[in-house]
Amino acid sequence: MPDQPVLQLDKLVRTHGSGATEVHALRGIDLSVYPGELVAVMGPSGSGKSTLLTLAGGLDSPSSGRVLVEGTDITTASRKELAALRRRSIGYVFQDYNLIPALTAAENVALPRELDGISARKARVSALAALEEMGLGHLADRFPDEMSGGQQQRVAIARALVGDRRLVLADEPTGALDSETGESVLALLRSRCDAGAAGVLVTHEPRFAAWADRVVFLRDGSVVDETLRSGADSLLSGQAAGQ
Amino acid sequence: MSIRHGLLALLERGPRYGSQLRTEFESRTGSTWPLNVGQVYTTLARLERDGLVAPDGEDPAGHTLYAITDPGRAELRQWYERPVDRTNPPRDELSIKLAMAVGAPGVDIRAVIQSQRHATIKAMQDYTRLKAQALAEIESGRSGERDDLAWLLVVEQLIFQTEAEARWLDHCESRLVRLAGPADRGAEPTPSQATTTATATASAAATDLPRRARTRRG
Repeated sequence: MPDQPVLQLDKLVRTHGSGATEVHALRGIDLSVYPGELVAVMGPSGSGKSTLLTLAGGLDSPSSGRVLVEGTDITTASRKELAALRRRSIGYVFQDYNLIPALTAAENVALPRELDGISARKARVSALAALEEMGLGHLADRFPDEMSGGQQQRVAIARALVGDRRLVLADEPTGALDSETGESVLALLRSRCDAGAAGVLVTHEPRFAAWADRVVFLRDGSVVDETLRSGADSLLSGQAAGQ
Repeated sequence: MSIRHGLLALLERGPRYGSQLRTEFESRTGSTWPLNVGQVYTTLARLERDGLVAPDGEDPAGHTLYAITDPGRAELRQWYERPVDRTNPPRDELSIKLAMAVGAPGVDIRAVIQSQRHATIKAMQDYTRLKAQALAEIESGRSGERDDLAWLLVVEQLIFQTEAEARWLDHCESRLVRLAGPADRGAEPTPSQATTTATATASAAATDLPRRARTRRG
């Protein structure tokens, strides 16, 4: 039996305004993201990429349809339930990192757990563990302005996945980075998904989307196409068969 | 692709025999441009005719060895120093296809673009996984580090090439949308009709493309 999806979008519709000024941001999106999977969402600007991510994270409500996170429908959850789900299950990574400048890397990563009512000491322990596991232990005591953009973004990924949070929603996370640093951020995201997290990556950069297991193409609020995963060897295997 | 110069470059490291050259060529380039032994021997024969390599005895197992000559070294230096010729751009099927698709009756050029974008991004996903493997090999410090590095450079070139193609497709699509806007309004399908057609095409593409991609990749 396949795992339960970490994120499931079910006939998701988002319409802004009404009548003559009605804008269909999303026109019935179905998408499931499973543990261990990184899904990239691509499409021209205005295709609904960011709206999709905003709805998936419960930052906005759909006009119709459902958003299930770890099996809970966040569109019908109470404000309190939704807030708890956002703290415990969903991590965000934004283009501009959004670390809190007055806190060190470890304190930034500990914050969502502290907000969730865990003792400061325990939160710090799990923050350090998360940083260590992602090869960022040496950054623990640095403040955001003492880190490069790429380091800040990797800390933001650690914050998104601290504790047992398994869903990371990344909106153009490499937008402000040079391509080499962008790669290191994608490599970390990829390795967290290989370790069991589920990721949704909105990007307009084909090179970064190529790190995903699946690439979903949006146009005018609808999924028009998607690529499926294949084995890495299949591409050259036809040619290499003679070896 | 210059097999000639590739073989000269390998022979500069010391005498080698035919199938050894083939193996080394492929491990450097990750079998991206596979050679058969016949091609290797044909090329060696031409290089010998041109005085760029010479037979150099046999190894203990009885393989005929070839060594690079001084003129061969000079030719190889020149090859490294000379930029690759760009005066005749290689014929590009995709450019030709899109050029033909502009205004072709019954052809939805956006569907042509999307079908190619699908294949291009798919190839990039595969190349990216190969690249991640190569990086892991290099970081693990296992054998053949030079070959891994050479292969990494080749696979990254493939990534850059497919990326350029994907960007160009995005560009074509947005240019078509921009230019088609006013023309469509003149040519009169109402906005709602236009939307219906676009959605119909889109959903056709959505159901059709992954299936085609799957059969193609086996």
